[in-house]
Amino acid sequence: MYNGGKIIIGLIIFVGLIALPFVFSGKGASAKPEPKLDTPEILKLPETERKCVESKEYMKREHMKLLNEWRDWVVRDGLTIYTSSSGKQYTMSLQNTCMKCHSNKTKFCDECHNYTAVKPYCWDCHIKPKEKEL
Amino acid sequence: MDRREFIKIAGISSIFGLGGLTAFGTLKGKLEASQTGPSQNPQALKAKRWALVIDTTKFKTEEDFKRCIDACHKAHNVPHITDNIKHEIKWMWTDTYEHVFPGVEDEYLAEKVKEMPMLVLCNHCDNPACVRVCPTKATFKRKSDGIVMMDMHRCIGCRFCMAACPYGARSFNYKDPRPYMKEEDMNPEFPTRMKGVVEKCTFCYERLAKGLMPACVEASNGALIFGDLEDPNSEVRKILSERHSYRRRPELGTRPSVYYLF
Repeated sequence: MYNGGKIIIGLIIFVGLIALPFVFSGKGASAKPEPKLDTPEILKLPETERKCVESKEYMKREHMKLLNEWRDWVVRDGLTIYTSSSGKQYTMSLQNTCMKCHSNKTKFCDECHNYTAVKPYCWDCHIKPKEKEL
Repeated sequence: MDRREFIKIAGISSIFGLGGLTAFGTLKGKLEASQTGPSQNPQALKAKRWALVIDTTKFKTEEDFKRCIDACHKAHNVPHITDNIKHEIKWMWTDTYEHVFPGVEDEYLAEKVKEMPMLVLCNHCDNPACVRVCPTKATFKRKSDGIVMMDMHRCIGCRFCMAACPYGARSFNYKDPRPYMKEEDMNPEFPTRMKGVVEKCTFCYERLAKGLMPACVEASNGALIFGDLEDPNSEVRKILSERHSYRRRPELGTRPSVYYLF
């Protein structure tokens, strides 16, 4: 091989450059998001009442649709009470219902939203809860 | 059974069948509605058309106005922007008599009326010009109670509504309003707005839904009267039938729901 040494060094530099983004983004981008449910508000509740308005699976999949429906019902139709499939009633409000339990926006909302690179504009207007150190 | 009889029976039974289906459908719908989904708070204050009566004779000092305005602006996180008057956000404010009632000013008008500030806010018109021009239906008149509402999620900031409103009741957020609010003064139960949306008074829809009177009415010590304009027994109707009142610029046909008593 002519100029073998130079070619090999060039190849190593090339591979190194290509791999740079993977090295720098590191674990952060691929780490599985783990939204935390251990806010003081949730921990205060008795074990049996630590439930969201709907089942965990439903909320994981459909919370964005639910929030959109809540928004339209409250703002446009003037309906403020939501009866969940378990029959319990809740006031439909992001700031006053959802975030009263999930008072850890950075560890709960942002955890998945950052992972999936979605940027909902909720917090441009709605006031974030004050996060307490655990 | 002859053919005639068969057709009769078939016809009657199909009518019953169809009727039964629709009855079943509505029943099912009602049952489902009562089980899950949205409903109105039973404590909510209800009206066919909300109206506000402003008794101008009861506003005597600057403090009387300030109390109402501050209550409103605090409840709704309205920023206090003073560095550029064009960027000001107002839900409730005061103006001079000749600005509030243009065309009826007179050089021989009682001095005290001429110089008296008037409390102004969105008129929640029965025929709102702003709603007609909104391209996204971000501003709309609620069918249930006549409140002219804003849906901030839909507002694209085109400002047609501001051009249409003859009362100047709307403010545009030229900048992010958050830096103009102190965190400790904010009402954590109500959102703020963002840069690029139009805002105005909403007759405290969020308080009415909880069974509370609007913040300004509560703070006014009886100078503001709030009630159902379409209920002949309501307090507003009683006071309107007893005393002479004005609405702002009635010639425009917007039919405001805010009345002024003198």
